[in-house]
Amino acid sequence: MNWLPIMILIPFLFALFVPLIYKRLAPRFHTGWFVFFVPLTLFIYLLRFIPAISKGETVHITLPWIPSVGINYSTYLDGLGLIFGLLITGVGTLVILYSIYYMSKHREALHNFYVYLLLFMGAMLGLVFSDNILVLYVFWELTSISSFLLIAYWSQRKKSRQGALKSMLITIFGGLAMLAGFIMLSMMTNTYSIREMLTAIDGITTNLLFLPAMILILLGAFTKSAQFPFSTWLPDAMEAPTPISAYLHSATMVKAGIYLVARFTPVFGGSSEWFWMVSGVGTITLLYGSVNAVKQTDLKALLAYSTISQLGLIMSLLGLGSAAMYFGYGDESTMYAVAVLAAVFHLLNHSTFKGSLFMVVGIIDHETGTRDIRKLGGLMNLMPISFTITIIGSFSMAGLPPFNGFLSKEMFFTAVLQAANLNVFNMETYGMLFPVIAWVASVFTFIYCMILVFKTFTGKYQPKRLEKEAHEAPIGMLIPPIILASLVIAIFFFPNVVSKYLLFPAVDAILPAFAQNEGVHVKISAWHGWNTELFMTIGVVVLGVFMFRLLKKWIRIYGVIPQALTLDHLYNQGLEKIESISYRLTNRYMTDSIRDYLVYIFTFMVLLVGGAIWLLNGISFDSSNDAPISMYEAGLVAGIIIAACTVLFSKSRITSLIAVGSLGYLVSMLFVIFRAPDLALTQLVVETVTTALFLLCFYHLPELSKNIGRMRFKATNLIISIGVGMVVTILALSANGNRLFDPISSYFEDSYELAGARNIVNAILVDFRGFDTMLEISVLCIAGLGVYTLIKLRLTGRDKE
Amino acid sequence: MKKPNDVILHSVTKVAVVIILTFSIDLFFAGHHDPGGGFIGGLGFASALTLLFLSFNIEWVRENIPIDFKVVTASGVLIAVLTGLGSLIFDAPFLSQTFDYFNLPIFGKTELATAVIFDFGVALAVIGTAVTIILSIAEDR
Repeated sequence: MNWLPIMILIPFLFALFVPLIYKRLAPRFHTGWFVFFVPLTLFIYLLRFIPAISKGETVHITLPWIPSVGINYSTYLDGLGLIFGLLITGVGTLVILYSIYYMSKHREALHNFYVYLLLFMGAMLGLVFSDNILVLYVFWELTSISSFLLIAYWSQRKKSRQGALKSMLITIFGGLAMLAGFIMLSMMTNTYSIREMLTAIDGITTNLLFLPAMILILLGAFTKSAQFPFSTWLPDAMEAPTPISAYLHSATMVKAGIYLVARFTPVFGGSSEWFWMVSGVGTITLLYGSVNAVKQTDLKALLAYSTISQLGLIMSLLGLGSAAMYFGYGDESTMYAVAVLAAVFHLLNHSTFKGSLFMVVGIIDHETGTRDIRKLGGLMNLMPISFTITIIGSFSMAGLPPFNGFLSKEMFFTAVLQAANLNVFNMETYGMLFPVIAWVASVFTFIYCMILVFKTFTGKYQPKRLEKEAHEAPIGMLIPPIILASLVIAIFFFPNVVSKYLLFPAVDAILPAFAQNEGVHVKISAWHGWNTELFMTIGVVVLGVFMFRLLKKWIRIYGVIPQALTLDHLYNQGLEKIESISYRLTNRYMTDSIRDYLVYIFTFMVLLVGGAIWLLNGISFDSSNDAPISMYEAGLVAGIIIAACTVLFSKSRITSLIAVGSLGYLVSMLFVIFRAPDLALTQLVVETVTTALFLLCFYHLPELSKNIGRMRFKATNLIISIGVGMVVTILALSANGNRLFDPISSYFEDSYELAGARNIVNAILVDFRGFDTMLEISVLCIAGLGVYTLIKLRLTGRDKE
Repeated sequence: MKKPNDVILHSVTKVAVVIILTFSIDLFFAGHHDPGGGFIGGLGFASALTLLFLSFNIEWVRENIPIDFKVVTASGVLIAVLTGLGSLIFDAPFLSQTFDYFNLPIFGKTELATAVIFDFGVALAVIGTAVTIILSIAEDR
């Protein structure tokens, strides 16, 4: 028995216990210690899969959930899922350790914090291990929701709430688009399983839905991974506590979009649309993020833009690598497949260096009380360990040796240079843009990395502008970034160990055509002679140092860009417009008048039901099997008609009420004649109880106006009421005339043998259709509680006034 | 408000309520083979209570029947769902009902059906909902 599906659910299970632990043990015991062991256990559990996965094995377990519509809780573990799973649990462990020192156990509502965090962790694990796309979608939205809750964790701050709302609106919008794409995809391939889709891809590339499905799924990926122009939510999400920013908004959740693109590369890859959209958007995002990061004064905002830019880098690598799918397996395509390897490699590297940088920025914020670059400076001597970690993280991000960022950056340059030589997809015209943009973006990346290090740690120490006296953080807070920083260096020296056990299996999962042959087994090395890539890096460093020196001279250029053109401004304007338009539209028809609402309901019913009968040629009256009408029946119907007319024309409420009551009793008499004692009994009692209810309600109704006789004649109301009457009558008569299926009543006639009950009606109610009854009484219960709550709410509201 | 003279109403109600209550319990148990059942039985029961509320004042009835009818509703639904879950223990589909014949000391050969338990839940839910609605509207002054 493999425990993988249960392991995914463990965070959810623990989330149930967190509030209990918190209630019992806080504030003596930090709740984080309890949560800490969840990702740690999962991390060790996943580590055990490495040997098997690196040999090319995969794990696939399916538990039926709703098998009748093809939705199964199926988990699938391959190289791609494993590397994400290790990131989620590994970084998760470190982040929780960090949060134990970051979040005060005296002041913070830790139970909420850790419940949301575990919720996120479980959702993220489910997302990367799901094979069924609908299950994947559920986990996908759950990450958006838990991210919303975590960003708004300090909900008393207005900015937190706004940032949370923004991130949710954008990511959920993308998620819904993705769902539509998923449905189209399953329509084309007749399956919900990603693995089964791969076997059906050959037939779908010419399908009419292929392109729309691709665009919609990419929308989901781009919004989640904060790609241009959806990147605007990520800087605002920095209002979350720093452990969350380090975890969700740099290491894991924003990489879900990358995961999705990687996962669907075997499905869509090889087409020029996929190539251009993924690599194009990725490259634009890379440039946009790095250029914008330079002007930030808030350290976390700087890191947010740098995350956007790095995500763009990974995305564009995946796009460029998808060209390998076009060529199929061969020497030529291996050069492009290296781009995919670089993408996975940089994904890992980015999580290590960016995670450590976020944690250090959190330490600076925690120990000095500010993240504003203008107030910081000269911390080098006061916080030496943090300084060292920042150097390692930033220089890795800038692409300098001896850090892992250098390796993946060089591979990135290789990939864009290769892409420039590509002669398909119109690349011969635009191909040169890729290396140029990549190089420019790298220069800006270098500059903001230098800002991060030197503006914070060198220069003049300004104790008067800080809220607290700066000092080094406690050791527990430093351990997680130290671990990540040592990984940054370790990966530089032993890249091929990492690639053998983690990267190659992941690349095999992204490019199955290569896995079937030999796979993309390229040796990663720090030194490969004086080639173009190295000269590009040297150029980046030289120009970067030069521009960083002259930063004060040209930083003012950013002020030239008008406020009206920023993405933030566009988003805010758009949101405002949508809100005001929908407000006006809703006010048009939500008039608070029950009469209007009844008009809508009945008009809709007449149009829908009447239209359906009309269009489907359902009108057919068949009186051949009808029983003859007896005298009693005729008399009762006449009585019913008289009672109904009395309701219409009576001038006092009591008269109407009595008429309604007698109408009900007459109907139940009709049931008696048709020998349905159960129905008749029920109808009698229901009439009695509702009459009592009506009497009670009288108290609240206004006086009937005296001039009711001169009530204005309303043509629309007349048409609607006649229409409803006609539709219902036609419906009832046609139901008798259209017998499409054999009646099922013969089955119920055996009720004595089947249910031991001679009363068929009751046997149907409690046994044959017991499910209906159960849901009916649930509805009844909800309705009763609803009436109770509404009235009690109104009463308490009145008391307050 | 002047106190209405309703001796006749009170006297009749006292007798009628007992009859209606007995009748609705009878209806409830008759449901298996004859007209009746949880829904009708429950409604009859609720109408007896309504009669009490109408003829005597609500506070008086409340004091003498100190039951929270919201709880009655909820426990009715709970019983119905639990009987459904009960069938899962015996590896039968959700909400399967069964019955058998037993020789009981006084009643002789008697049929016992699990459907009655489910029906009891239905009856409780109906009583609870009807009375809850009537009481909350009546108390809304």
